[in-house]
Amino acid sequence: MNSRSLQTTIIFLVIGGILALAFSGALGSASRGFTSALVDIQTWISSRFLGFQDFFTAPRDIVTLRTRNAELEAQVSQLQAQVIELQQRVNETEILAALVDFSRSNPESTYKAASVIGRDPSTFLHYIIINRGSNDDIRRGMPVVTNQGLVGRIDAVIADAARIQLITDPASAVNVYLQNADTNAVLYGSVTGDLSLDLISQDVTVEAGDLILTSGLGGGYPADLIIGQVITVRSLEFELFQQATVQPAVDFSRLEIVLVITNFRPVDIAPLEPQATPAP
Amino acid sequence: MRNLIAFPLLGLVALLQTSIISQVQLLSGYADLPLLVLAAWSLQGRVDSSWHWAVLICLLVGFISSLPLPVIFIGYFGVVLFARVLQRRVWQAPLLAMFSVVFLGTLSFHVLSFAVLRFLGTPFVFGDVLGLITLPSLLLNMLLAIPVFATIRDLSYWVYPVEE
Repeated sequence: MNSRSLQTTIIFLVIGGILALAFSGALGSASRGFTSALVDIQTWISSRFLGFQDFFTAPRDIVTLRTRNAELEAQVSQLQAQVIELQQRVNETEILAALVDFSRSNPESTYKAASVIGRDPSTFLHYIIINRGSNDDIRRGMPVVTNQGLVGRIDAVIADAARIQLITDPASAVNVYLQNADTNAVLYGSVTGDLSLDLISQDVTVEAGDLILTSGLGGGYPADLIIGQVITVRSLEFELFQQATVQPAVDFSRLEIVLVITNFRPVDIAPLEPQATPAP
Repeated sequence: MRNLIAFPLLGLVALLQTSIISQVQLLSGYADLPLLVLAAWSLQGRVDSSWHWAVLICLLVGFISSLPLPVIFIGYFGVVLFARVLQRRVWQAPLLAMFSVVFLGTLSFHVLSFAVLRFLGTPFVFGDVLGLITLPSLLLNMLLAIPVFATIRDLSYWVYPVEE
């Protein structure tokens, strides 16, 4: 080994030793300052490198991101559709649960649930169409209710569908009983869908808020089905009867599922009604 | 043969009327899609099957509705009659004819329905019927007249193609 190479070896060993001591912390504050400066430089270089790398690889990532974005948007749309469907099911379930509660609290009647699938094409009539018919033992004249109250009665039946005359129909008339006033009256529908009471005796006191139930008179409906409440009363001394407007318990604009009372048979009392006899 | 499109199309029209159109109310009135389709079809010059379509529509609506069948037949046949007469006289302005037929058809149908139902014992008030049912229905029918007319005119070109 010549003197030059020996000199180089010694220099390397010395520098190596100093570095080893510095990295091992044996050189104290001088070592820490050196290593921290080294780390800072390393950090700066690394961050700049990553910046450059992002800059040069960005176009590829945009394409990837766009694809991924489209996938996620499609997924969001799908999930939104699922949410809407589930909300509809929740609504239906709530309605059905309310109807089940109602049928359990009224065990004297048997019910058949049906969905409302349409309305009468004529603007003059208030009829709805349900998806149950004679195949489900639905018969003409059966009363139809919801958990809120009376809806109407079956007007016509085919095998798998039936038409219901709502109590709001202008031609509908229901014998009712005013619970608080303890008197009978007749409930009429109208073209606007509003309900009104007529033939209330002048002798009784009817007040706003009085509960209206079916009386069962006439045999068309079972007794004690809720219809609604009195809103206003019109009582004029020169008239034979009082009239009242009624707030129905059922929201007829949002009928979705109804219950048909299948164990009720309407009674035709027409033969018992007195015939008009010609004056002698 | 293409006239057989009447069966599915008018069935669809009846379904749309009961399930959707009758839910879209203005006051207490709503549009009469079968009337509009029938009027638009009858106003097409080349069409010779408007009476057949009228019979089919009457049977479909009569099956669904509680309205007396004679009212439906007279009402819709009246619309076809108006349309055929007007089509011969004002054939150069078909849209004007459509509006006229819809206006007259809706009014006559409602007057007839009102009169018959009143005769059968339904306690209608004329003012209520006019203000809450007839006029809103008339407005909705007029609004729907243009798209229905355009659609039915295209359909008539398909059913009765022009011979070259």
